[in-house]
Amino acid sequence: MPNTISFRLNGKPVRLQVDGNRKLLWVLRTELELTGTKFGCGHGVCGACAVLVDDRPVRACMAQVASVAGKKVVTIEGLAKNGGLHPLQKAFVENDALQCGFCTPGMILTAYGLLRSKRKPSRDEIIQGMDDNLCRCGAHTRIVDAIQSAAEEVKQGT
Amino acid sequence: MPQLDDRKEHHSEQKAGVSAKVPTTDEVQIKTPEKICGMGHRKKRKEDPRFIQGKGNYVDDVKLPGMLYMDIVRSPYAHAKINSIDASAALEMDGVLAVITGEDLKAAGDLHWMPTLMSDTQMVLPIDKVVYYAQEVCAVIATSRYVAADAIEQVYVDYEPLDAVVDPFEAMNDNVIVRDDKEKKTNHIWHWEAGDKAATDAVFKDAATVVKEKLYIPRIHVSSIETCGMVANYNKARSHMQIYMTSQAPHAHRTVFALVSGLPEHKIQIISPDIGGGFGGKVPVYPGYVICAVASLVTGKPVKWIEDRSENLQADSFARDYHIEAEMAADKNGKITGLRVKTLSDCGAADAAANPSKFPAGLYSICTGSYDMKAAHVEVDGVYTTKPPGGVAYRCSFRVTEAVHMIERMTDIMAHELGEDPADYRLKNFIRPDQFPYKSPTGWEYDSGNYEAALKKAMDMIDYRALREEQKQKRANGELMGIGISSFTEVVGAGPSKDYDILGIKMFDSAEIRIHPTGKAMARFGTKSQGQGHETTYAQIIAEELGLPSDDIEVEEGDTDTAPYGLGTYASRSTPTAGAAAVMASRKIKAKAKKIAAHLLEVGEDDLEWSIDRFQVKGSPDQAKTIQEIAFAAYTNHPQGMEAGLEAVDYYDPPNLTFPFGSYICVVDIDKGTGEVAIRRFVAVDDCGHIINPMIVEGQIHGGLTMGLAPALYEEIVYDENGQNLTGTLADYLVPTAVESPKWELGKTITPSPHHPIGAKGVGESPTVGAPPAIANAVVDALWHLGVRHIDIPITPPKVWKLLRDNGVTD
Ligand code: FES
Ligand code: FES
Repeated sequence: MPNTISFRLNGKPVRLQVDGNRKLLWVLRTELELTGTKFGCGHGVCGACAVLVDDRPVRACMAQVASVAGKKVVTIEGLAKNGGLHPLQKAFVENDALQCGFCTPGMILTAYGLLRSKRKPSRDEIIQGMDDNLCRCGAHTRIVDAIQSAAEEVKQGT
Repeated sequence: MPQLDDRKEHHSEQKAGVSAKVPTTDEVQIKTPEKICGMGHRKKRKEDPRFIQGKGNYVDDVKLPGMLYMDIVRSPYAHAKINSIDASAALEMDGVLAVITGEDLKAAGDLHWMPTLMSDTQMVLPIDKVVYYAQEVCAVIATSRYVAADAIEQVYVDYEPLDAVVDPFEAMNDNVIVRDDKEKKTNHIWHWEAGDKAATDAVFKDAATVVKEKLYIPRIHVSSIETCGMVANYNKARSHMQIYMTSQAPHAHRTVFALVSGLPEHKIQIISPDIGGGFGGKVPVYPGYVICAVASLVTGKPVKWIEDRSENLQADSFARDYHIEAEMAADKNGKITGLRVKTLSDCGAADAAANPSKFPAGLYSICTGSYDMKAAHVEVDGVYTTKPPGGVAYRCSFRVTEAVHMIERMTDIMAHELGEDPADYRLKNFIRPDQFPYKSPTGWEYDSGNYEAALKKAMDMIDYRALREEQKQKRANGELMGIGISSFTEVVGAGPSKDYDILGIKMFDSAEIRIHPTGKAMARFGTKSQGQGHETTYAQIIAEELGLPSDDIEVEEGDTDTAPYGLGTYASRSTPTAGAAAVMASRKIKAKAKKIAAHLLEVGEDDLEWSIDRFQVKGSPDQAKTIQEIAFAAYTNHPQGMEAGLEAVDYYDPPNLTFPFGSYICVVDIDKGTGEVAIRRFVAVDDCGHIINPMIVEGQIHGGLTMGLAPALYEEIVYDENGQNLTGTLADYLVPTAVESPKWELGKTITPSPHHPIGAKGVGESPTVGAPPAIANAVVDALWHLGVRHIDIPITPPKVWKLLRDNGVTD
């Protein structure tokens, strides 16, 4: 049954009529036409669908859309601020941390959450923190490099 | 080059490094300035800005007005008769428009069967029986994804289970016939041989040492993070079919669709947009694609079909699944003299491998590898089982991974058996640099190579001799440490059209370059990147040739309406074929540019010479016309009688394949209590000839190594005795993550391909091919003294633990 659900999406309020049991991933991709959030497995295993809910990474394929009512949701499309890329986005390009790009939005947002929970993670902590994100192109070591180099800049409060 | 650990000169290999035609170096050549950014520059990728902002355009991101959705009912049995399909309940659901069955496809013109890439046949939808678990049984078309997914639960299929045949050796007994649609009631599909049997038998008769081993290279799955899918959009008024498709080979797929459907080829447009990883899995035509296209034809509306992860893992083409029996012979000096190989290829329920058509076992006969020997004989038999069809590459060139795994394991076994050091043993048996071009005993002509340079460099980088000392001490203390080497030879870039075709279409590839009046360019290709970074590297090749800044060149692939015909991207063929086409098209443009420059400078063509981005008068370089000035003149002031414009197309047919190679060394420590294998170091020295963009090449090597690590230690598609897939989710099928990825230490040698116009060879797959035996050899090396000769991949902790227990190391 459709419910009215309101939340903030990439800084703007949204209000929609939608069955609250539906998964956030498909509501984002379908009704809200934000296709940067990717479907990889639908079971919470690959991390391609990660988005930020109140600044914490959440697997959108597992989260019911009702669960974000009243919260702040950020997708990859909303990460750049005032036309400037987020340090993580820049670091991914600088470190050549992507190939096909399909896992990249989920990687970047998972890393965002990691850097929020830990200001200056060690390399090992980054590796452990990214354990549930799959990159089939095998860019993992460079993804870790990118997160490490972005950590410095994020720490400065960007 | 920065970021590589190989800046210092290695004089030893410089001396050794002269092959017949081409010397080996280790410096990347850079001839253009930064602002042009031609070959050799670490240019940041042009495709990245859209990907890091979520602005890629993948098939599932395509949304068309009025689009319908398709979902597929799949078989819960590996082998069963279908008595009936009752779709009435599904059809009554709100939003369900149609259910498509095999009977419907048959009525639509025998579309219930389709040809495979190996000219076998495969069911699109069944009429009377299914032959693998998760086979497509019928499809529901509905107004939303949700309704379609719910509706497939409401289709009732009455199955009568039949015996499954999962083991290919059992299948060879023909007790259960998989394909009773065929005239010959047998599961045996083909027999294929290469090499000289009599000569090989003779060599084995004279051998001082013979080693023999059975190896299984298990069934694995590429499992790209983007699954396969399609949006088919049939426009009745225009009789035009537009298809968005996860396709590594859009032109070939267009031709297949035209042949299967009877739609005229000029009325079919295939667009392969951004692709979320391919690795071979997006080469075949799957039943879902055909049904989706038919659904759009029938409804006259756009129809979207996207697989879920389990469908992808359970029904899409697998890779490998080779059962190998190999024998190697050596003379009294330990020199390898011969190789004899018998292999059973488990093809599943159709021979749907993606191989060139004359090569049912792909390029497997490259299996004498990097070693010079007198004779070899290889036999392969293909057999049907009640498992999903396939035989795609998993990031390799047509079965070269199976070949390399076998030869590198066998060479290691021989070295150990003879009590020789595996590195020294390889150095002694390598094809020498002065033997190139080298004719292999199975008929390949290796164009170039310098195997000892690569191995010596890897040994230097890892300090091999010191590691052997350490191992001795560890062993004395009861610790398990192993060092594994793999010195592989790849064979990529299919191919010369006289031997290589897919369904009769020759394996050339193409480039079309147009230079606009303001000196900016558009370049289109017959290949299709799935993450390889073609938009960047192709632009760098053209920049190198024509002096246009690579940022001024827009590269486009994947739209069959605009791109020149080509066979697509797989088997590391893009740089060897389309990359060469870019060079040749650039050179055609340059020839015309020279005429225009001569006209503008009022000199003869012979008075001109090329310098980076301009033609200048010999001896007076200030009299010059840049490529931009020439481009402008091509539209505004070209010589009388000359056609206007500055553009060219090239269809490149390579004279030979290319033979990238490398040497990898892996160090492992094994936990005696758990059997866990920890990779302590992994050094990879690759030789892919001249390098277009070192940053991208290194990224490809990282990726390839990770996809080599995967089957070595983790991945395997497993079935139970009824043919049910036990690894149908990513929780069961273990794809490595950051935690499993070791620190890759890269090095390189550069031995340019003598026949490729820029001496490049292709690289994306070498590490996937080379890494597994390095890891397996390291593990066996750690356990050899306990009597362990071989372990099949994936080398899981339980397997190792059991060996340790059986040998009394642990209890
Ligand atoms: S799609 Fe959500 S974790 Fe894979
Ligand atoms: S870049 Fe392709 S899956 Fe990560």
